[in-house]
Amino acid sequence: MGREEGGVVIFGAKEASKIVEELGASFSAGKTRTYEWRRSQLKSLLKVAKEHEQEIIDALSGDLSKPEFEAYVQEIAMLKNSCKLALKELKHWMAPEKVKTSLTTFPSSAEIVYEPLGVVLVISAWNYPFLLSLDPVVGAIAAGNAVVLKPSEIAPASSKLLAKLLGEYMDTSSIRVVEGAVEETSALLEQKWDKICYTGNARVGRIVMAAAAKHLTPVLLELGGKSPVIVDSGINLQVTTRRIIAGKWGCNNGQACISPDYIITTKDFAPKLVDSLKLELEKCYGKSPLESKDLSRIVNSNHWNRLKKLLDDERVSGKIVHGGEVEETKLRIAPTILLDVPRDSLIMNEEIFGPLLPIITVEKLEESFDIINSGTKPLAAYLFTDDKKLKQLFVKNVSAGGLVINDTTIHLAVHTLPFGGVGESGIGAYHGKFSFDAFSHKKAVVYRSFAGDASIRYAPYTKGKLRLLRALMGGSIWGIIKAIFGWSN
Amino acid sequence: MEAKIEVLEESLAEVRKTFRSGKTRSVSWRKNQLRALIQLINDNEDKVMKALYDDLGKHPVEAYRDEVGVVLKSINYALNNIDKWTAAKKSSLPLLFFPAKGEVLPEPFGVVVIFSSWNFPIAMALDPLIGAISAGNTVVIKPSEQASACSAFLAHYIPLHMDSKAIKVIEGGAEISELLLQQKWDKIFFTGSPRVGRIVMTAAARHLTPVTLELGGKCPTILDSLSDPRDIKVAVKRIVAGKWGPCSGQACIGVDYMLVEEKFAPVFIELAQGIIKRCFGEIPKETKRMARIVNKHHFERLRNLIEDPLVADSIVYGGSLDEENLFIEPTILLNPPLDAEIMTEEIFGPLLPIITLRNIQESVEFINSRPKPLAIYAFTKNEALKGKILSETSSGSVTFNDVMVQFLCDELPFGGVGQSGFGRYHGKYSFETFSHEKAVMHGSFFPEIGPRYPPWNDFKQKFIRLGYALDYFGLLLLLLGIKR
Repeated sequence: MGREEGGVVIFGAKEASKIVEELGASFSAGKTRTYEWRRSQLKSLLKVAKEHEQEIIDALSGDLSKPEFEAYVQEIAMLKNSCKLALKELKHWMAPEKVKTSLTTFPSSAEIVYEPLGVVLVISAWNYPFLLSLDPVVGAIAAGNAVVLKPSEIAPASSKLLAKLLGEYMDTSSIRVVEGAVEETSALLEQKWDKICYTGNARVGRIVMAAAAKHLTPVLLELGGKSPVIVDSGINLQVTTRRIIAGKWGCNNGQACISPDYIITTKDFAPKLVDSLKLELEKCYGKSPLESKDLSRIVNSNHWNRLKKLLDDERVSGKIVHGGEVEETKLRIAPTILLDVPRDSLIMNEEIFGPLLPIITVEKLEESFDIINSGTKPLAAYLFTDDKKLKQLFVKNVSAGGLVINDTTIHLAVHTLPFGGVGESGIGAYHGKFSFDAFSHKKAVVYRSFAGDASIRYAPYTKGKLRLLRALMGGSIWGIIKAIFGWSN
Repeated sequence: MEAKIEVLEESLAEVRKTFRSGKTRSVSWRKNQLRALIQLINDNEDKVMKALYDDLGKHPVEAYRDEVGVVLKSINYALNNIDKWTAAKKSSLPLLFFPAKGEVLPEPFGVVVIFSSWNFPIAMALDPLIGAISAGNTVVIKPSEQASACSAFLAHYIPLHMDSKAIKVIEGGAEISELLLQQKWDKIFFTGSPRVGRIVMTAAARHLTPVTLELGGKCPTILDSLSDPRDIKVAVKRIVAGKWGPCSGQACIGVDYMLVEEKFAPVFIELAQGIIKRCFGEIPKETKRMARIVNKHHFERLRNLIEDPLVADSIVYGGSLDEENLFIEPTILLNPPLDAEIMTEEIFGPLLPIITLRNIQESVEFINSRPKPLAIYAFTKNEALKGKILSETSSGSVTFNDVMVQFLCDELPFGGVGQSGFGRYHGKYSFETFSHEKAVMHGSFFPEIGPRYPPWNDFKQKFIRLGYALDYFGLLLLLLGIKR
């Protein structure tokens, strides 16, 4: 991949276009369309996850110091489940869907055929470098496409391992990995793809979509946003706290697109919540969390500095009620809770994507809806309550990619729910059958016979034809009979 | 222009406010608006017909079949199904999540804009509107300025009959479209050409707005060498009606060109001539059964297509143009050069090139060497050929032994792929096109699974592994301390 120039491997537009051409040829030859090919590739992917578990865990440890447990549960196991589900359901997903036809076109039959889009590009993120790379690839393969995967250069060990393993296990005539950074990505984006799936931030999302527009390529954009957690009083506080911790610091130390970004609770309840968080945090990560092996580190110094800057804002730094310890050399930041930070501070206006958790207090919880709706639409929103009315209001008033009541982040693991954003948090959805759909074109097919030809469709047009047409389109049998016998209305 | 900008911004502010008020979310509001739309059409049918005649010379029967009737049918279908569409769909969850519940709840995007096209100026504006309203959005419609009578009709009558705080019509040309595209929408629905489609999507990218692009393309019709004379007659009739019936070929799913075997071409041409005469009269421009070309610009464009000398030589039927009345008679061309514009650009008019092949099987390769069309039509009784077309070509839709009827099936998604666009509508797909499918999970505080939380240890890891494998027996053994 790439040509060498003065000892440096260059991957430019020429190399990118060559890959698209090669994969296009494999796709045109029909190879990827067969059930057998899709099955064999999904099985190979499952094998990658099964046989190289330790290598994957090591790579994730290298890139993010991701705890083994998280690496297994949130990346490897999720990917395996995704492959298994696709393998189990593939026949069923691929089967054409019969639909009813109307009286107007009788006699006929119709169906929807799922066809692959062609050669697709998957650009993935660094925070879950395995899952977010391969989960979309599962969908793309299941739907019968040829795929190019561009893993994030910010998780280099994972990127390298993906390139190696996919090169060994997958059919390289139709599935490729291109490693690289901005230049390589730009070269890829210049090409004509049949679908682009991008996971990352809204800024690059715009660039991807604008590049796609040149070739009229549909996009799946999995972006992020500030996912809020509303916490009611009078709930099971321990369970609530632990579930917030699991979703925030237990998900790559907050570097996850569906991690809780901030909490909204009532003024009265906030101190109790803070106390409970402190207590449970210590149970989970001990007295010196900077040393904890159960927390990921910050991915790189850029992001570490970004987070540090959020904390250093003078209006914010005084609001720390727990944590705040940082260690630059190890790129560590301890779980940090901030109470009552100003709504117009940077930390409340950018996606945090790290271990900082601000708490905003309100008089009445209903006010939270306005706070959430005054920002851009988040990828997820969470609510902890026993109040039925509040649940209903939440579901009705909060627009987000997904909502979870009384838990955080677990909707990601449910393949029967579409996973995707709305507004600033993205376009389109995937997971389970939704992944298959995201990489398929729903082709409408009508079968007609030569019989049953109605002259009313054809010119010359007459008044009688108009009457019959009205009746037919209206679907009224009586009207049809009247029109046929020439009785006017 | 500045006044226009002001009006536009006021209108937008109003529809945004209306959406925020939550009014459009109620199903009864949606139904009332759909019923109002039926009323609008029923009360003003004659005016619609007149506008369509003024813009395009459409005969009332054609206008009813392709526009008024289509819209009424769609509204009735939406009214009959809206309760089902708006209901949350339950999702089954693995036992491990018990007693949590999952559901997918459709919610409106917000404020949407519909850019419609001039060829079916009523249907292409109102058909998407039905979906946008059914899904509970507030809507701005920008009708094509090239069908000015219809645009004026919509701008005048929609506010009279429908909720004018939620549904606006903004008239204008490219300038207004540009202004509209600078705004932040929650969804853009566009019907038109790939060139403008690119502009629309580029503008949408600035605000991360999802788009549906309904474009066109060269829709081929494969005509196999049928043996039964009755089948041949039916096939030719359907092709003639599909090519020259709806808006004189100015239709995105109209027949663009034909693929037939060499020996069969004369059979088709011979029969088609007779049927054209029967349908549209000996002198079509006098019978008024065919629509005219929309405007001078398009008339010139079509004239250029056939003025190319090599193309002109290939005309075997028709070819006469009436500039004054913007009328082009049904024209058949046999084997025009494949690199001529008529075979590289979407024709969008009453010209029908016939390309002959030695064997009809070659049609698949012919189609695949060109951009993906919005529709493929094939007249054949050969099941193997049908299978080959279905599995080896790609297009928005495929219709066997007829043309254009796929547009009328409410249960089929209508939309393109590749150069012919993306996204789909009609029936429930219209509803989905204007809805965000929100995933909702209802959890409870009990039971609480300890192994979900750090600090991590061996037991927790085993537990999770078994849990993911949905190995409930193994989980039980682990919890009882039997399994290591």
